[in-house]
Amino acid sequence: MPVIEVIFGGVILGGLYALVAMGFNLQYGVARIVNLAYGEFLMTAAFAAFWMFTLFGVNPILGMFLSVPAAFGANWLIYRVLMTPLARRARTRDQLEGETILATFGLLFVLRGAATIAFTANDRYYDYLGEPLRLLGFTFAANRVLAFATAGVIATAVWVVLQFTRFGVALRALAIDPVGAQLVGVDVRRLSALAFACGGALAAAAGTLVSTFLSFNPAIGIEFTMKALVVVIMGGIGNMLGSLAAGLMLGVAEALCSYYVDSGLTLAVAYALFLIVLVVRPRGLFGTA
Amino acid sequence: MVGEDKPFPTRAALAIGSLVTLVVLLAALPWLLSDYGLSFMVSVMSYLVLTVAWALFSGPTRLVSLATSAFFGVGMYTVAMLIKLMPLYATFAVALGVGALLAGVVGVLTLRIAGMFFVIFGFGLSEMIRQLMVWWEINKTHTMGRYVFVPFDATLIYEHLLGLAVIVFFVGWQLRRARLGLALMVIGEDETVARQVGVNVPFAKVAIFVVSAMFMTMTGALMAPRYGFINPNFAFNPLVSFQVVIMAFLGGLQRLWGPALGVIPLIILSELLQTEFPFWFSVLLGIVFMVIVYFLPRGVTGLIEDGWKALGRPLELQRGLTGPLVDAWGWMSRPIILPRGIAGAIEDVWVKIAPQTKGRR
Repeated sequence: MPVIEVIFGGVILGGLYALVAMGFNLQYGVARIVNLAYGEFLMTAAFAAFWMFTLFGVNPILGMFLSVPAAFGANWLIYRVLMTPLARRARTRDQLEGETILATFGLLFVLRGAATIAFTANDRYYDYLGEPLRLLGFTFAANRVLAFATAGVIATAVWVVLQFTRFGVALRALAIDPVGAQLVGVDVRRLSALAFACGGALAAAAGTLVSTFLSFNPAIGIEFTMKALVVVIMGGIGNMLGSLAAGLMLGVAEALCSYYVDSGLTLAVAYALFLIVLVVRPRGLFGTA
Repeated sequence: MVGEDKPFPTRAALAIGSLVTLVVLLAALPWLLSDYGLSFMVSVMSYLVLTVAWALFSGPTRLVSLATSAFFGVGMYTVAMLIKLMPLYATFAVALGVGALLAGVVGVLTLRIAGMFFVIFGFGLSEMIRQLMVWWEINKTHTMGRYVFVPFDATLIYEHLLGLAVIVFFVGWQLRRARLGLALMVIGEDETVARQVGVNVPFAKVAIFVVSAMFMTMTGALMAPRYGFINPNFAFNPLVSFQVVIMAFLGGLQRLWGPALGVIPLIILSELLQTEFPFWFSVLLGIVFMVIVYFLPRGVTGLIEDGWKALGRPLELQRGLTGPLVDAWGWMSRPIILPRGIAGAIEDVWVKIAPQTKGRR
C-alpha cells in the first residue's frame, strides 16, 4: 500500500475526529463545560445506530435524523438540570471547569456502566456499505468515504451557521468573552444550553458515523473524549477551524503510526502530538489568546 | 505549645499515645482476622495510602488528578516485569524511581501551564501507558501478562502498607507545618498572590506531585505480589483513579484524616458489588460521586464538623416547641403548585440547597 493511500485513509479518519472535536469545542469553548462524558454520548449514538440497523434495517445515515435531535434534547436537559446549578455557584471560570470535570466524570461512569449492563461489554459490528470504492485511482471502503463526506457536510454546515448567522455570531461572542457578550444583549444561560446541546448533537452524529465502519463497545467513549480534548487544545479552545485542522492532523498521524508501527498505539500518537503542542505552543496551534 | 507549662499528659502526648496504640492494634490485625478479613484490610490499607497521597497534592492545589491509576499501574507492572531479574525489594526501589521520574516529567510538562492541561493529561495517562505496555509486550517481549510468585504473603503486604500509611500521614502532617505546605495552600487560594509573595509556584506543584505519585507507585508495587498474574489491562485500571477521587471527596479534603473516612464505606460497597455486579458498581459509584459533588462539597468531614458545631450551640427555640410545629404545618398545608413544571420546582429547591454565590459569573 503506497504512503499516499495511507495518508488519504488518515484524512478520512481525521474528518471524523474534526467532527468529534467541533462538538466538544462547542461544549467547552462556548458553554465552558469540560464534559468528560462526551464520548459516552458518541458511544450511545453508535449503539442506537447499531440497534436501528440490525432490528429494523434503518439506514444509519437516515437514522441520524432520529438520534441527533434526541441527543440535542438530552444534552439540553443535562445542561439545564445538571450544569446550570454548577454554573450558578461557580465564581470563576477555573472553578466552573473544576466542578464540571468532577460532575461529568461521575456521569461518565454512570453512562458507561448503564450501557454495559444494557448492551454487554462485547464488541459490536454491522456491515453497512462494506464494498470497496475506487476513487482517484485508490481503493477505499465505501462506508469510510460516506462517513467522511457526511462529516464534511455537517462540519461545513456548523461552520456556516457560526460564521454567517446571528445565532453563530452570538455563540462566537460567548466563546471569546462571556461578560462582554452579556453586555451586548446575549442571553448567556440560554445560548450556553443551546451550544452544549449542539455539541451533544454533533457527538451523536459522529457516533453514528463511527458505527458504520468501526467495531465498538461500551468502553470506547473515553478514547474519543481524550482525542477530542487533545484536538481542541491543539486547535485552540473555541476555534472551530483550528479543531478541523488539528483533527485532520491527528487522523493522518494515527494512520501513519498504524501503518509503520502498530495500530494499537493510537492514543499514544494523540498524546505525543498533545505533548509537542504543550511544549512548543501551549495556547494551541491557532490560538490567539 | 512549646514554652507553656502544662500538666504532664498534655494533649500532644495523649494524641501521640492514642495514635501509637491505634497503629499497634492495626499491626496486630493479621493475627486476629480471618483470611477474608485480612484481604479486606489489605484493600482498605492500599486505598487509604492512595487516597491520602492523592489528597496531599489535590487538596491544597485544588487540581483534580486523574492519574492515580497510572502511577499505581507503573508500580505494579514494574515489579511484575523485573521480579525474575532481581530481588523483590530491589524491584520496589526501581518502581519507586520510575514512578518519581514519570511524575517529574508529567509535572514539569503540564503543571507549568494552566491546570486544565494537567487534568486532561492525567485523564488519559494511564490509558496511554497501558497501550504502550501492551504493544511492547506483544511485539518486543512476546509475553502477555506476567507471573509474580514470591514469598510475600498477605500479612507482609498488609504490614508494609500500614508502614506506608504511617509515613504518608506523617509526611502530610509535617507538610502542613512546613514552608512547602504553606506555599501550596496559598497557591490553592490564589496563584497570582502566591507568585507575588515569592513562591516558586511550578516548583512547589511539581515537588508535591512527585511526592504524592511516589506513594501511589509504592502502593502499586506492594500490591503486585497480591495477584499471581498481572497483565497491563489489569494493572492500569481506570477505576482505581475514579475510586480514589470519590473516596477523597466523600471523606472531605480539609482535614488530613478526612480522605480516610471515605475509604471504608466505598471498599465495603466494592466488596459487596464488584464481583457479582461490576457494572452496577460503576453506575452506583458514578451516582454517589455526583451526589457528593452537588450536595456534599466538603464531604463527610464537613458533615461531622457541622454536626460538632451544632452540638456545641445551644438549642434555639424562641417560640417554644410549638413554633417549629406551626411552621411545619403551614408548610405542609400549602397547595402544590408547579408554575414552571417539575424542572422549575427542582431549580427552586436547588437555589435553596446550593451555596449562594455573590455576583454573577
